[in-house]
Amino acid sequence: MSFLRRTVPLAIAFTVGVLMAFQYFVPHPHSKAFLELMTRWDRIIAGFAVFIGIYSLFHLHWTRIRRKAAGWGYSIFVFLGAGITIAFGLYNGGEAFWHDKKEDTMFDWLFLYVQVPAGATIFSILAFFMASAAYRTFRARTVESTVLLIAAIIVMLGRVPVGALISPYIPVVADWIMGVPNLAAKRGILLGVSLGAIATSIKIIFGVERQYLGGGD
Amino acid sequence: MITVVAGLMLLPLIPLQAGELIPPKSFKAYDTPNDGGESISLVWRASPSDSPEVDYVLHMANSPEGPWQEVMRVRSNTYYKNSALERFGFRKRNKDTHLLQIDPRRHFSSDKNRKALYYFKLAIARGEEFIPVEKVVSGRARGNWFNTAKLNNFIIMIAFSGVVLFFIIHARRNPKLFLRKISGLDAVDEALGRATEMGRPVLFVHGLTGMGSISTMASVNILSRIANRIAEYDAELKVVNNDPIVLSVSQEVVKEAYLEAGRPDAYNQDNVVMVASEQFPYVAAVGGIMTRERPAANFFMGYFYAESLILAETGASTGAIQIAGTDSYTQLPFFITTCDYTLMGEELYAASAYLSREPMLLGSLRAQDLGKAAIIVILFFGTALSSFGIGFISQVFRAF
Repeated sequence: MSFLRRTVPLAIAFTVGVLMAFQYFVPHPHSKAFLELMTRWDRIIAGFAVFIGIYSLFHLHWTRIRRKAAGWGYSIFVFLGAGITIAFGLYNGGEAFWHDKKEDTMFDWLFLYVQVPAGATIFSILAFFMASAAYRTFRARTVESTVLLIAAIIVMLGRVPVGALISPYIPVVADWIMGVPNLAAKRGILLGVSLGAIATSIKIIFGVERQYLGGGD
Repeated sequence: MITVVAGLMLLPLIPLQAGELIPPKSFKAYDTPNDGGESISLVWRASPSDSPEVDYVLHMANSPEGPWQEVMRVRSNTYYKNSALERFGFRKRNKDTHLLQIDPRRHFSSDKNRKALYYFKLAIARGEEFIPVEKVVSGRARGNWFNTAKLNNFIIMIAFSGVVLFFIIHARRNPKLFLRKISGLDAVDEALGRATEMGRPVLFVHGLTGMGSISTMASVNILSRIANRIAEYDAELKVVNNDPIVLSVSQEVVKEAYLEAGRPDAYNQDNVVMVASEQFPYVAAVGGIMTRERPAANFFMGYFYAESLILAETGASTGAIQIAGTDSYTQLPFFITTCDYTLMGEELYAASAYLSREPMLLGSLRAQDLGKAAIIVILFFGTALSSFGIGFISQVFRAF
């Protein structure tokens, strides 16, 4: 069992990891075909995995309804929403689902006029959260937060026309803050991230890091 | 006076010189380097007649006898070899050499033989004037087995991989490695202890990327360490996912962690769930869990997008202790402002090693630090040399 649960996945991770790392440097058609094959497998696995996700979601909400857990009424909407969408998806505007997808069906309507506006509503909350987070952060209690406050005010003013009206130097300073200290910090983080990503990949490829398989050994 | 007379004598010659078309030299065809066999490169030295009014005309055939077909006509002051740095490097003479890359299958789509030999004729033309280059050249497109333009990347990858492996082996022999303090990871025990004392769950929130992303791999590794400690503390862990593959891996990882801690009975599959697959439905679902169940500690690990601030602000409003870790630099400011501790960039990758204190994992952290030191030295010297007009370092590290 240990062979199937540990050795085989580690061997696959090593083989595919090394091949994919070298694939980047090989422009030959065989190399591209291998990449295409791996990508196709990834899509196929993802397609099957959707059923696991749906099972998990339905099982969770069914259990909540069954146990009358707090807010169980909302779980009914999960089944209603999913059921209606699946039904219209299969109905396919009067043609069965095994035909090409028809345009402007009820399925599209549900996406355009229910899911998209609902998502946009959640996204719009971001503006309010940004204000509350900024208020907490920009209180000048320490030297660092004072520097942050001043930099934020200059950048905000530099990005709107009124900043240039107050002083023509404000947009220039704002651009300098974004282009020099901000960019330097961003690149520093990116360099660290890149090295960390390579080191983590090597640990996974060589089986040093194997937590993703579950357990340590 | 003598100058004026000499000038007048030369006047009749000027139109003749301007009208003289000089055919280019050194016309060659060869397989384009560093490609997958898609094209043939044609090069020739720039002619003294090159000007916006003069064209180069290329004819192509699949046998030396023809039939020939015109496949390209370009202005003679365009298409130089220095425009393809990734294939021909930084040689100075590239700016005096013309380059055309032809995909033979575009013009001879009926040819089944991918390695067929093709023939090319070049001519220089201006209006009605047309002077062919005598030489007919041939070439075939072949797939290359190594992209030499990426040689710098390859050397860096091999060198850095070697350093990582060296320190991993070194750490096994010398387990007492010094490790700089990472406050966010030292606070993990504090957060878990708080959740245990309060009798409230710990919420682990994955980022939006799938299992193919290295940040998700890192977050799964952290999840395993956290799950193991939660099992020991007998607290409750809830893990939310938006990707079914990450869900399956997370379920397996948490289950194994509970088993390893000797508490397989405490594992509940309904606590590791997929709540939504889209970004904002995911936010709504996780926000709902935070406000209803009021976890004592929230962990945000992985690659986040616009949802980061909404999630972290919702968590902050419930009074939970929050630890975030992301390599998404655009979202770092949001986590820093709203979370108690934030793992920045590579600290996310270091977390698993830091929490486990396993010498072999810690060895890679030393290699990362060495890599950063090397980059700092190169940046310092590169900046200094560039300031004196020596720019070869930027060419050496150029990515194609």
